[in-house]
Formats: sequence, C-alpha cells, structure tokens
Amino acid sequence: MSQKLFTRPQTLKDMATHYCPGCHHGIIHRLVAEVIDELGVRDKAIGVASVGCSVLAYEYFTIDMFQAAHGRAPAVATGIKRVHSDATVFTYQGDGDLAAIGCGEIVHAAARGEKITTIFVNNAIYGMTGGQMAPTTLVNQVTTTSPYGRNLENSGMPIRISEMLSTIDGAKFIARVAVNNPANMSKAKQAIKRAFEIQLRGEGFTMVEILSTCPTNWGKSPVEAATWLEENLIPYYPLGIFKAPEEVVK
Amino acid sequence: MAEKILMKGNEAIGEAAIIAGCRHYFGYPITPQTELTEYMSKRMSNIGGVFVQAESEVAAINMVYGAAGAGARAMTSSSSPGISLKQEGISYIAGAELPCVIVNIMRGGPGLGSIQPSQCDYFQATKGGGHGDYRNIVLAPNSVQELADITVQSFELADKYRNPVMLLGDGALGQMMEPVDLTMIKTKSIVAKPWAATGLRGRKDSNIINSLHLKPEDLEKHNIHLQEKYKEISSKEVRYEAINTEDAELIMIAYGITSRIARSAMDMARNKGIKVGLLRPITLWPFPELVISKLASRAQAFLTVELSAGQMVEDVRLAVNGAKPVYFYGRMGGMMPNPKEIYGQIVNIMFGKGGL
Ligand SMILES: Cc1ncc(C[n+]2csc(CCOP(=O)(O)OP(=O)(O)O)c2C)c(N)n1
Ligand code: SF4
Repeated sequence: MSQKLFTRPQTLKDMATHYCPGCHHGIIHRLVAEVIDELGVRDKAIGVASVGCSVLAYEYFTIDMFQAAHGRAPAVATGIKRVHSDATVFTYQGDGDLAAIGCGEIVHAAARGEKITTIFVNNAIYGMTGGQMAPTTLVNQVTTTSPYGRNLENSGMPIRISEMLSTIDGAKFIARVAVNNPANMSKAKQAIKRAFEIQLRGEGFTMVEILSTCPTNWGKSPVEAATWLEENLIPYYPLGIFKAPEEVVK
Repeated sequence: MAEKILMKGNEAIGEAAIIAGCRHYFGYPITPQTELTEYMSKRMSNIGGVFVQAESEVAAINMVYGAAGAGARAMTSSSSPGISLKQEGISYIAGAELPCVIVNIMRGGPGLGSIQPSQCDYFQATKGGGHGDYRNIVLAPNSVQELADITVQSFELADKYRNPVMLLGDGALGQMMEPVDLTMIKTKSIVAKPWAATGLRGRKDSNIINSLHLKPEDLEKHNIHLQEKYKEISSKEVRYEAINTEDAELIMIAYGITSRIARSAMDMARNKGIKVGLLRPITLWPFPELVISKLASRAQAFLTVELSAGQMVEDVRLAVNGAKPVYFYGRMGGMMPNPKEIYGQIVNIMFGKGGL
C-alpha cells in the first residue's frame, strides 16, 4: 500500500511564486505554512506581509492576510492582535523593512511584549528595489549603494537584530536560523514552531531571524549564493537560540 | 431626560467614541489634544477596551490600520505635526478602504509651530494629505456638544463608506469646557464587516487587507472605484449650517471655532441693519460647493474667515466661480480674531474701499 509522505501544506496555495531561482523566501514560506498546519491554527492565523520581495506573500498563503506599509508590520500586527487576542498573528519582514525603516516598530512591539511572531528574513541586502545596502549588509559587501563595499567610516557596522532584541524583556523567544541545508531547515522549522507555540501560550513577543540568499542581487548563482551565506553571513550572524523560556532551551 | 454635564472638548470626543462602540484607541501625546489620549487610557481600561500608547504617530495609525482591518471600530487622535506623520498610514487606510476615525485638533504650523489653535491643516485634511488620489471625509464641529455628536457620526460614516473620517477641530475647541448632553446620542448598530481579516474562522476564502495593485489596469480600476465612491459621498453627505443667508448681501463662510466668532460679528452687523449671513460648512469634504454656488446667484459678496493664510477660501472661490467677489480675512500662528475685527472687515467690504 502506498502512503503519502509529502504534500503541499494546506496553508500554502498551489501556485508558482515570483521569487528568483535559488531565493530562500520560498522555502521559508513553506516552513511557516507547515508550522501553521501542524499547530492546527490555520483557522485563526492572520499574517502581515511587509514591503520587500515578500510583499506578495498574501498571494501565497491561504489564510487571512494584511499588506503593511514599509516597516510598519509590527504596528499593524499589534492592532490586529489587540482586536483578536485568540488569533495567531505573524509578520513576515525583510531586513530592509525590519532593521531600517521599521526599526522603531519592531523594538517597541518587542518592548510591549506584543504576542505576535515575527519571521525576519535577513538577506543582507534590499532585494526588491534592486540590491541596495541594508543595515545588515556586511562590511566590504558590494551593493548598488555601496559600490566600493560597505565602508565602516561612512555606514557603520551591520546591526545584529536578534542580539539587540534579546536584550528586551518583552521578547520571549529570539532565534537565528538558516535554511541553506536540510539539517538547518529542520532547525529553522523547529524554531518557527516554538515561536508560534510561545505566542499561543500568550507569553510575549517572538522572532525567528532567518539568514537567506539573494542570488540575483548578490550577483551569484544559487549554489554560489548558498556558499556565500555559509562563508560570510553565518560567521557574522551566528545561528542559535538567543532567548527562550527555560523549558524551551533544555 | 436631558442631562447636561460640563466637559472639555477633547474628553467629549473620547466619551462619544466609546458610546459609538469604539473599543480600540491608539495614540501618542501632543498638545492640544493630549486630554483625549489620557481620557482613553482611563476609560478603556474601565470598560474592557484597548488603549495603546504607541511609540510614534506612525505606529499609532498603523495600529489603527491593523485593528480596523481586523473589523474593529478604531480611532486615533493627534494634532498637526502628528497628523503629518500619520499621512503615510492614512493613505494606506484609504487605499485599503478601511473605516476609522482620525481626530486632528489643529495647532499652529508649519513645523513645530505653536500649541495654539489654528486651522492651517485644511489643505492637508481635505485634499488627501498623503500620497495618491484619495479623500478623507472631513467633519468640522464648532461646539463641545457637536464634537460629541460628530464623533459618533464619524464612526457611522466611516463604516458606511469604508473610508477614513477625519474630525477636524482646533486647540480652542479641544480645550474649551461646555455643557454637553451625551444621553441624546443615538448610535446605529455596529455593521457587519464580512471583508475584515479576522482569521478564517470557518470561512473558505481568505480576506486580504491590501492597497497594492501591481497591474496598471487593476490599480486604475481600483482608483475608478474609489472616485465613484467619493462622488457618491459628495452627493449624499454634504452638511452645513446656514444662518441669515436668505436676505444676506454679504455671506461669511467660516467653520469650527471661527464660525462662532464670525457669528458674533454677524450679529453686530445685523444690529446695525447690515445684511450679513453666515454659511458654516460642517463637512469640509465633501464641501458644500453647490450651496455656495446657489448663494452666489443672489448674494453680493462673500467673506471667508479662517485661522490660516487662506485655505478654504480657495474652495469658496471655486464654488463662486467668479460670479461675485470673495474676500478673505485670516489670522495665523494661534492668533484669534475678535468679532470687532471681523465686523471691521464687513464694514470695509460693504461701505469702504472693498466695496460691493
Ligand atoms: C516608504 C517606502 N520607502 C521605500 C520603499 C521602497 N522599497 C521597497 S522594498 C525595499 C527594501 C526591501 O528590502 P528587504 O526588507 O530587505 O526585503 P527583500 O526585498 O530583500 O526581501 C524598499 C526600500 C517603499 N516601498 N516604501
Ligand atoms: S531579488 Fe533577491 S530576495 Fe528578491 S526574490 Fe530575487 S533572490 Fe529573492
């Protein structure tokens, strides 16, 4: 007898996405959808898509969704959660969105201990607008607005958002993961699931930062991009759980 | 039985919003509207509502976007510099067609300006304010009682048209204390919002709250739909008060606190046998342009009085369309005209160099 081992999550629509080949946004969407399915919260899940390459995320998930202004997703999610306290509310934000224009909103959502989950996709560049420097762009990394490489004197050091938010009391679960290989993918999914579970328990703000590729704007093939992520992003942005309730860390 | 209580304008707005079923308020302190933010912080916790002091006006309006999109009657309030910050969110709210109430208790500008009463945000309020082709419904009360009544109407209009409604007051109205009867306020029942993003909760198709339409033909279609809605609002929702306009040779046009000063000036003129009338727009958008253009066929001249360099006067001129002279008198920076000053303008127009 045959058994179906692998199917499309119910929370994900059966359609092709607009993401470039080798981009990790698609994998991350899938992991979020699988977690929503597995936790059985699809009926009460509300997502907030942000401005960036994932601006169309509301096209891909089969749940109620909002599209928020650039950087404002955590504020929008706050409004939603304060109306539907029983809903599972998440934002899906890029690093330009969250670490630059939306830095205030994310810090204060965390400070309020807002019971939402943020999926923070860090590809160290502005993807959608064509590869400009982000607050997370590495030193010496070439982008269209740092054509000679990010220069410390002019632009300072890249921000480590997970470390920063971990210092905020209202943040209850903060982890950094990657989806560059199956082992990391499985850790990433576990982290996303824990973040949602902690939200469901009403404990406070949760965020999973996911290191991601942008082959198109990094000017690399999908394979080269995955290697570059391993060799450059992970050393500066160490993977791991930065903050969690004790029983979750174990 | 009527039961009048003495209330500050800002607080009357807050209490009326609660009567209207508003249970979600998001704000950030700024003079001269802070009493409203404070009032909501006190009352919402008593009645199981939600009060969030946001980290900025930008965040506050986006919380409203979230709450309104999730189906709640949501409100925010601010004063001029804060409203400038809210414009990004207001444009998104208009684009996504979400109902909400935004209170602007205006102060002097530009920039940090002053904390004194002003009407210098008329352009910003009535012409869109943020980016894109959109309109807010803009209501301008002129007493504490009307602040309360219009707050309730604002929620109803917002829901009816799925559109942001701005209650436009000024520092004087926000700060003044007057007797108000809140028992008279009647609210219609809360309307169903099948479009709201609440979580599926058994629904088959997902609801999306969005203002993005990447295909030009889709965005044009959406804009045409918005413009048709605005046309419907323009034809159905114009509100104004006309006093002594039937036989008036000179018609003053003023809104909000200025209309009360203009009314005193009108009384002074009438006592001297000068035929002056007052038209007070209550909706600043939609603007009572048809009413004014009709009056222009009979009256000899118009005098617009504002706490600005002359903003509404542009709409008056458009409505009068050259048929009669339109004069303007304004004070700025928190300065208030007194009735005598306005009376002086009337005399000047009727008998002086202004000339009818
Ligand atoms: C107020 C505002 N400023 C700028 C933009 C233009 N913009 C769109 S996406 C983007 C950067 C997105 O980068 P990121 O958040 O890193 O997401 P990615 O595209 O890399 O996934 C910018 C600057 C905008 N839409 N709105
Ligand atoms: S531009 Fe970069 S982030 Fe955007 S879809 Fe393409 S690869 Fe992904």
